[in-house]
Amino acid sequence: MTILSYLKALNRAVADEMERDPAVCVFGEDVRVAVTNVTAGLVKRFGEERVLDMPISEQAFTGIATGAAMAGRRPLIEYQIPALLFIAFEQIVNQAHKFSLMTGGQISVPVTYLIPSSGSRDGWAGQHSDHPYSLFAHVGVKTAVPATPADAYGLLVTAIRDDDPVVVFAPAGAMGRRADVDLAQLAPIPLGVGRIHRPGTDVTVVAIGHLVHDALEVAEELSGTIDVEVFDPRSVYPFDWQGLAASLERTGRLVVIDDSNRSCGIGGEILATAAEQMRLVAPPKRITRPDGAVLPFAEGLDRALQPTREQLRHAIHGVMKAGATG
Amino acid sequence: MPGSVAPASASAASPSPDPAALYRTVRLIRRFEERAVELVRAGEVFGGIHPYTGQEAIAAGTCGALRADDLITSTHRGHGHVLAKGADPARMMAEIAGRATGLNRGRGGSMHAADFGVGILGANAIVGAAAPIATGAAWAARCAGSDRVVVTYFGDGAVSQGVVLETFNMAALWRAPVIFVCENNGFATTTRTQDAVAGSITGRAEAFGIPAERVWGMDPEAVYAATARAVARARSGEGPTLLECETYRYDAHHTWEHAARPRYRTPEEVELGRSVDPLDIQGARIDAGVRARIDAEVDVLLDEAVRFALESPRPDPATALDFLYADGTTARAGAL
Repeated sequence: MTILSYLKALNRAVADEMERDPAVCVFGEDVRVAVTNVTAGLVKRFGEERVLDMPISEQAFTGIATGAAMAGRRPLIEYQIPALLFIAFEQIVNQAHKFSLMTGGQISVPVTYLIPSSGSRDGWAGQHSDHPYSLFAHVGVKTAVPATPADAYGLLVTAIRDDDPVVVFAPAGAMGRRADVDLAQLAPIPLGVGRIHRPGTDVTVVAIGHLVHDALEVAEELSGTIDVEVFDPRSVYPFDWQGLAASLERTGRLVVIDDSNRSCGIGGEILATAAEQMRLVAPPKRITRPDGAVLPFAEGLDRALQPTREQLRHAIHGVMKAGATG
Repeated sequence: MPGSVAPASASAASPSPDPAALYRTVRLIRRFEERAVELVRAGEVFGGIHPYTGQEAIAAGTCGALRADDLITSTHRGHGHVLAKGADPARMMAEIAGRATGLNRGRGGSMHAADFGVGILGANAIVGAAAPIATGAAWAARCAGSDRVVVTYFGDGAVSQGVVLETFNMAALWRAPVIFVCENNGFATTTRTQDAVAGSITGRAEAFGIPAERVWGMDPEAVYAATARAVARARSGEGPTLLECETYRYDAHHTWEHAARPRYRTPEEVELGRSVDPLDIQGARIDAGVRARIDAEVDVLLDEAVRFALESPRPDPATALDFLYADGTTARAGAL
């Protein structure tokens, strides 16, 4: 067994796929010196023809990746901050995502968009702290949010091999994770297949990205009084609805903890789908960022807008109580 | 595997223009557009189209100077480019009419016509958005050892889109084999070029070190000659070129104008603009008998295209989200 960090897992996934498939190439700002460390060592191994530093032109290089994909390459783009996705949104959502359907299936666009350190990263304030995975789920772009090093490896490998555009969000809150893994066991993980990190019988907590770890800690604290199941969908689009339904068959109670803004976030979609189609014995609850949240700079203000363990404990007690009386 | 572009084996384009072939392309586009407008008026086209009439010399001249395995990206006003690059007029007409036999199986319509088999990477309805896509394809083609070039068309409105200027920068840095063809018809929808473009269009490319040339876009042979120079540059590794082709749009921005009639140019101006006709310019270069024969052939071809389109089945509504994902991932229904 080896200690694998989340960051090293991302790096290893890109390197392994570049080794396996010469069509894979890396685009991004400062990727040659690997400012984020995700692309460390890649230029030395694969050369400057496959690891390309880009000018500060997110719209253009995102579109260039689309054209390169149409001509047979499989680009991975690294964006240093999640807000750059807003600049590139047109080229991802309106171009890359739509080409397959608009052309009647003549072409697909195998580009991977990787955002290391998405979400709050301590003091980066309003324009560097968004975590916009729900936007991509809303428009139907395949979207993964891995929580652990092994999942980061497996989901990124799958994204690179996928023939459609895929966005991979690596939450800032998960980047420091390390896990004891058998490197030989690292493998692609399909999109749309969730993972039960901790089985339980009383309540299902759906946690996304780094919040999986908060959910596990809360579940552990409550063990003995409330038996919490922690369900990590791993990709928010496609979403493992079957896996969630099976979990709710066991528990009948649902709490979602999601680092999206409340309105139209994936948390709302999970509650709605569960209410429409699944077994619930109590009204479900969700914990999210506030509507329209912009993360303020000061530490206490930044923290005040993020989902917390305290809120999760409160919600779990709430659905247990409602289930008991209802 | 994702889809792929046209096969790499193709004969070289003729080193000098074939006057009759250029005339035929202009005539084909003109009559295609006239027939398409008829279909809009008859209610056979859902929505409308952006007619290309008047601008045919640009599509004919540029595509005439390309090889079959070269690539293009097109615009919302794209029928001419798609036809000139070699798409089947019948399947193109069927696409506009929203039929299952269309180039895109009725999923793209007028503004998204694509035929990867003949090197058409899609018409694009977002102004300027295809410039980076074309440049990416050009870069990838060169990396693959090919000497293919890519032509990307856009209008005068697109030169104020940031992504186009970003793309100029990167194409120049990388010496990408891409040719930027600006069809300057004087209007971005209804806004005159001089009210929207500071400086000059060629100057914008030249600022990035991209050679730029103004071309009389009503003359197919002038466009052909300029394109041939740009193609030679691109194939020899010298990088991108911008061609600003000055032209005039005879018809409306979009067929909605036929009903809405916004006033942004006078009838006298339209009459003056229409008095210069690429059909006449190119037609005068060929024998009258050849011209008459081509005209008749094109009419027969388009009669057949219209018949094919109107007799083709409409797509099954149950298949409306087919092709959304390459791997067949199915989208959830909007209602239970």
